[in-house]
Amino acid sequence: MSAPMDDRSHLDLETPDKTYLDSNELVINMGPQHPATHGVLRVILKLDGEKVLGTECVIGYLHRGVEKIAENRTYTMFNPYVDRMDYCAAVSNGLGYCEAVEKLMNVEAPPRAQYIRVILTELQRIASHQLWLGTHALDIGAMTPLFYTFRDREEILKIFEKYCGARLTTHAFRIGGCQYETYAGFEKDVKNFLTFFAPKIDEYEALLTTNRIWLERTRNVGVISGADCIALGVTGPVLRASGVKWDVRKAQPYANYKDFDFEIPVGTNGDTYDRYLVRMAEMRQSMRIIGQAVAGIPEGPIMGKVPKVIKPPVGEIYHSIEAPKGELGYFIVSDGSTQPYRLRVRPPSFVNLQALDTMVRGLLVADVVAVIGTIDIVLGEVDR
Amino acid sequence: MAEEVKSPVPPPPPQPQPAKTGPSGGPEGEQKPPAEKPAAAVPPAPAKPAAPAKPAGPVPVPWTSPMVEKYRGQYGSGLDAQTYLGQNYLTVDRSLIPDILRLLRDEEQFDYCVDITAVHYPKREKQFDVVWILYSFPRNERVRVKTQIADGSSIPSSVSIWPTANWLEREVYDMFGITFDGHPDLKRILLPDGWKGYPLRKDYGILQQDKEWVQINLGIESGQ
Repeated sequence: MSAPMDDRSHLDLETPDKTYLDSNELVINMGPQHPATHGVLRVILKLDGEKVLGTECVIGYLHRGVEKIAENRTYTMFNPYVDRMDYCAAVSNGLGYCEAVEKLMNVEAPPRAQYIRVILTELQRIASHQLWLGTHALDIGAMTPLFYTFRDREEILKIFEKYCGARLTTHAFRIGGCQYETYAGFEKDVKNFLTFFAPKIDEYEALLTTNRIWLERTRNVGVISGADCIALGVTGPVLRASGVKWDVRKAQPYANYKDFDFEIPVGTNGDTYDRYLVRMAEMRQSMRIIGQAVAGIPEGPIMGKVPKVIKPPVGEIYHSIEAPKGELGYFIVSDGSTQPYRLRVRPPSFVNLQALDTMVRGLLVADVVAVIGTIDIVLGEVDR
Repeated sequence: MAEEVKSPVPPPPPQPQPAKTGPSGGPEGEQKPPAEKPAAAVPPAPAKPAAPAKPAGPVPVPWTSPMVEKYRGQYGSGLDAQTYLGQNYLTVDRSLIPDILRLLRDEEQFDYCVDITAVHYPKREKQFDVVWILYSFPRNERVRVKTQIADGSSIPSSVSIWPTANWLEREVYDMFGITFDGHPDLKRILLPDGWKGYPLRKDYGILQQDKEWVQINLGIESGQ
């Protein structure tokens, strides 16, 4: 909260306990049924007038016990369940899970499968950021971007549908590689999407980047420092917008990300506006990766040498990937049987949501809506 | 759904404790790598259930680094460092936990606590493994810290070391019933406050639920 709050200076944010309005302290519930909480999130707000003195998140409304289910399913059977955690980025969840089990079994997916995986995962990152942009802008009051982003996201979902038959919960990958060979015209579709989408990002930016209302609503709102992010375990675009140049794809490359040339966009102020800019830049970087991957996609098998019955040896593994929302990790303990002895999901949304309180203290109620949007949470993943 | 009722118990029996000590014991581990080759060399071998029956995994090997040497000198047998599949982990005596975690952050720059979780081994005397997954931004290195604790005993909270531990410890408490001393607000996080039982313990069935809570709070006979 060290950054100057320009036009909000009259709120006296340095001493949040001090009353600036002649009103009583008020505790209200925001959610669980509230359009701006993106699902069933309940935030208990402690207010002084319109100033937020503190928050408490109540979560778990969507808890399905995914980790318990994993212990009672075989490795193969559990694969579709991971799609239902972050259902806006199902492909990324699947990639993390399959790679974790592969690592535990000491097998690797063949190069062609790796390329297909990267293409689909990066398409999913764009789709996830589009969904975020549309709903986030809608929360703040800009309705138009929602229609633009959903229109364009449809093109990605069409590619998914043609590839594996599903649009959202795709179950696109299998342990050891991919189930499906690419369909005839897959590469053409992906290339067409890239040429189609490049001007669309400019279109989104034309709507928002220099829009005065957007600037007023997002700049210096929900500021969090890089050090605070690290202490709170915040990852993904939120961390990068605070100036920490860290991305699992670069720091500890998985799949074949080391083959591709791309940048990690970072912000400086760690406010809502910077997080917006970082995600916009990330979409462009994802397009760069897809372009390189689709140009260099090799021939070959798409499934590695994996036994029919998946029985990883006794041991444990932690594997994480850069999901659209941050570091998504799987910690798997195997007892040598066909079912995981313990499977823990490290969900980025859950951990990032914890930073909400730090980010909204001293702001107005309307800014809470903006900040919930900017963290980009999916309650299916928070509650699992 | 009906078959599932039978299955809550089966997974644990393959005694996990010997499994852990087994691979680190030498002779067994030496036999395993060759056994892996036939399994891998015969890819279309679904008819070979014998091969996966004694899966030859890689074996944990001792992990040596200046950091480990330093702590081993300091703490002796209370600390064991190993590497499995290229991932390093420290198995630490419960009494050393607060010191080790603090040293890892303050002196070894493990500034990011990725995750805290637990594993339940009901047949063991000390039933729970508590696991901290740490990452260091300056070193670009991950390490896991594990300790064993008995059912009903508690463990010092690490919220003062990494604020992110707050919700992570609450989830461990919620799912396993492990209490963290000094946690500022230790209560259930995903399940409702009045829920009875800790679902991720192995003796909690997959269809089990707190019927009383469901009937009182939801007004329905069963949540299934």
